Amino acid sequence: MRIPNDLQITPELIAQHGLKPEEYQHFLDLLGREPTITELGIVSAMWNEHCSYKSSKKWLKTLPTAGRRVIQGPGENAGVVDIGDGQAIVFKMESHNHPSFIEPYQGSATGVGGILRDVFTMGARPIAALNALRFGDPSHPRTRHLVSGVVAGVGGYGNSFGVPTLGGEVNFHARYNGNILVNAMAVGLADADRIFYSKAKGVGLPVVYLGAKTGRDGIHGATMASAEFDDKAEEKRPTVQVGDPFTEKCLLEACLELMASGAVIAIQDMGAAGLTCSAVEMGAKGDLGIDLDLDRVPCREERMTAYEMMLSESQERMLMVLKPEKEKEAEAIFRKWGLDFAIVGETTDTLRFIIRHEGETKADLPIKQLGDEAPEYDRPWVEPKKQPTLMARDVPAPRDMKAALLQMMASPNMCSRRWVWEQYDTLIQSNSAQVPGGDAGVVRIKGKKAIAVSSDVTPRYVEADPFEGGKQAVAECWRNLTAVGAEPLAVTDNLNFGNPEKPEIMGQLVFAIKGIGEACRALDFPVVSGNVSLYNETNGQAILPTPTIGGVGLLRDLSTMATIAFKKSGQKVIEIGGPGGHLGQSIYLAAVLGREEGAPPPVDLAREKTAGNLIRSLIKSAQVTAVHDISDGGLAAAVAEMALAGRLGAKLEKLDHAQFFGEDQARYVVTARNARAVLAAAKKARVPARIVGEVTATPSLKMGRMTLSLKDLRQAHEGWFPAYMAKEL
Amino acid sequence: MKTAVVTFPGINRETDMMRALKLVTGKTPVNLWHTETELPRGLDLVVVPGGFSYGDYLRCGAIAARSPIMSAIRAKALEGLKVLGVCNGFQIITEAGLLPGALVRNASLHFVCREVQLRVENNRTFFTNRMKKGAVVSCPVAHGEGNYICDPKTLTALEAEGRVVFRYAAGTNPNGAMNDIAGIVNQAGNVIGMMPHPENMIEPLHGRMDCLPLFESLLAA
Repeated sequence: MRIPNDLQITPELIAQHGLKPEEYQHFLDLLGREPTITELGIVSAMWNEHCSYKSSKKWLKTLPTAGRRVIQGPGENAGVVDIGDGQAIVFKMESHNHPSFIEPYQGSATGVGGILRDVFTMGARPIAALNALRFGDPSHPRTRHLVSGVVAGVGGYGNSFGVPTLGGEVNFHARYNGNILVNAMAVGLADADRIFYSKAKGVGLPVVYLGAKTGRDGIHGATMASAEFDDKAEEKRPTVQVGDPFTEKCLLEACLELMASGAVIAIQDMGAAGLTCSAVEMGAKGDLGIDLDLDRVPCREERMTAYEMMLSESQERMLMVLKPEKEKEAEAIFRKWGLDFAIVGETTDTLRFIIRHEGETKADLPIKQLGDEAPEYDRPWVEPKKQPTLMARDVPAPRDMKAALLQMMASPNMCSRRWVWEQYDTLIQSNSAQVPGGDAGVVRIKGKKAIAVSSDVTPRYVEADPFEGGKQAVAECWRNLTAVGAEPLAVTDNLNFGNPEKPEIMGQLVFAIKGIGEACRALDFPVVSGNVSLYNETNGQAILPTPTIGGVGLLRDLSTMATIAFKKSGQKVIEIGGPGGHLGQSIYLAAVLGREEGAPPPVDLAREKTAGNLIRSLIKSAQVTAVHDISDGGLAAAVAEMALAGRLGAKLEKLDHAQFFGEDQARYVVTARNARAVLAAAKKARVPARIVGEVTATPSLKMGRMTLSLKDLRQAHEGWFPAYMAKEL
Repeated sequence: MKTAVVTFPGINRETDMMRALKLVTGKTPVNLWHTETELPRGLDLVVVPGGFSYGDYLRCGAIAARSPIMSAIRAKALEGLKVLGVCNGFQIITEAGLLPGALVRNASLHFVCREVQLRVENNRTFFTNRMKKGAVVSCPVAHGEGNYICDPKTLTALEAEGRVVFRYAAGTNPNGAMNDIAGIVNQAGNVIGMMPHPENMIEPLHGRMDCLPLFESLLAA
């Protein structure tokens, strides 16, 4: 049955569209009459949390978004930073959490597809992808299925599209049992003077539809992303889109070819809320009206209504405003790639968004109020309670250091993610200088120049203290880029939280943003793009607050790049940034003692900056041979990973458990040929540093009476993931 | 030496392959579009590169194998033109009937991207003549369907005639391929197909340059 356009609008219908009564009243006042069902659908798509940022906008505005390298900050499809030589990096991270929980393969695949499209819409060719994944407890019956589906989906899309996946994160925690997180990031390379934007210019110009055909998939996807889940989440499967990476690859090539031809005035990909959101965005930004004639929209299903077409989230579609004289040329390019090309409307000077279909006007709405003047809230929030700092003396030392180290390195949140990233093509494009497994992914741009990428957040820290946790996410990302020798440039943020209508959750969001802002300002690391995902709750249980930070850094000379691998026996192992001691919220505490408590390690941004600057100068002057930041698992995990990567052992000074496992911030481990020179440089920079051991040819880690063979360590570290996925655990 | 690389919609390692060919031949290869019906004159080698032609829909390589350019390549291959198919290219030329057997889903059922060890079993081909027989090199793979199978008679013939060019060594078979087969050559010796990606291990950036001699072999062939 086709729903008639003049369907009676009932309170139930309004609620089903995710509109609050007061929002609907606001809409009625704007319109001065009762809306049609198509209009209700359009407004629900534009005013939902996902598209309007109505709960977060007030706070997002406080983030630093400018910088000497910033070409484009938030508000476009992706952020853009200048990397010199006329080149720019275009990047963004976006969530696809709700769909991935319902249908893990397609949900995650289309998440990757969506973010790739955001980047190439701006004229950039994607050169790297990352993904930050959070799953429920490994023992939860659904977790294995979700890990398997999400990883296959991320790989299935990215591999086929042809972008190397160079980094990411995987975490497990019971708080994600009913609501996993899939955050995908894409990084593209463009000419700095050839960036394409969504703002339409000029009246009476053709609005062109490109790419794949429109179907009934994904209708109301963005509205779903703005509501909590309950036990009936499964029933929402039809709202998940279906990805076609093949069409996307063709769309990429066709778009870049078209952009090079000079035909494009404005371009917007059809992501959340499809045709609605893309058309409104182009018009509202350009202070223009848009008239659409849906009879011309290429459809892959019969008898689609205006309502369905406007809300479809079918993938791999683009909307453009083209120069009329280039129409033929543009069409030829799209036909060559086997893609649809249809003129579906034109720009007007009426500031109205008009939808015509089958000889009728189905919608006639004010475009500005739908788009950049959508409602905004100042939601009530409460300041999160601080946790007391857990003193090291209150955390028992392990009876057997070796067993504790093995247990930690084999724990779900610390073990190797090789099982995951070997399903991603990390080598395509021939430019990968560092694949996952190190501190940051590194991809060559041209000649000696390279880009470093990393995605970071420690949700258990954010849960314990949103402000410090927000700071820590930024600091760790900055540190990871630094650890390969890159100059950190800018970040994208993907803020995943629970229901913002609850003051405690809103408090988490507010304080995390404050922390992120403070760290980004202190580290000169502006936020140039981002995404907010709220309502990540199932049956009232919220996820751990998870503000994922995706950072990009510039490495001017690839030949100086540092890696984590030990290089040569006899070289000293040096801890930079002072000894550890903070065990609250540490992996040791959780994995070995089964406790999650205390305040997270505080982040001293001034110390972070001095230590990072020192590390970068040591790398640049080739004074260090290996570098690893200290984060999850403390010095112990850092040294273990460096030994495994270099296939060389280490003999360490006797350290107590707090020094060994403490997760204090602003710290690194390095190795050096000339340790005295490194210590002198550290002293000059006023950064504490000390020798904690020496690299050995003997393949084992020795500390006091402990001897742990690399073979056993590798087996523990590499073993958990494949065994778990094979249901052996 | 004049080389060409074919592009089908969905192919995505053509630039990697072109970069590798240019590195050894000094000349940019011709990029052939799938709708072309004739090959350029004086061609010494055509490479069908890796990727996901037509999204791997229907069956990997099946649609591309029936494209106009493949008819032209098949005709010239029968006359002796050298053809190299890598990864999806191997699947395509196998589907096109230039090589026996088929590539099916990896035994693990997962896509796999990692470094494997390849043993050169036949060093009398146009792609291995700079190698020692039995030499083992590192080379990455990146595929979901690289599990080589064929009927017993074909397998016996491949082995007896020395037509297995590369074999996964040291227990690194990533896909369950019969007899650890990673690459084969046709009877006439002018068509080679292989699953691994030698084009991704030829310069210092790639960590090792193990596969550079393979490309250098082209110059001597």
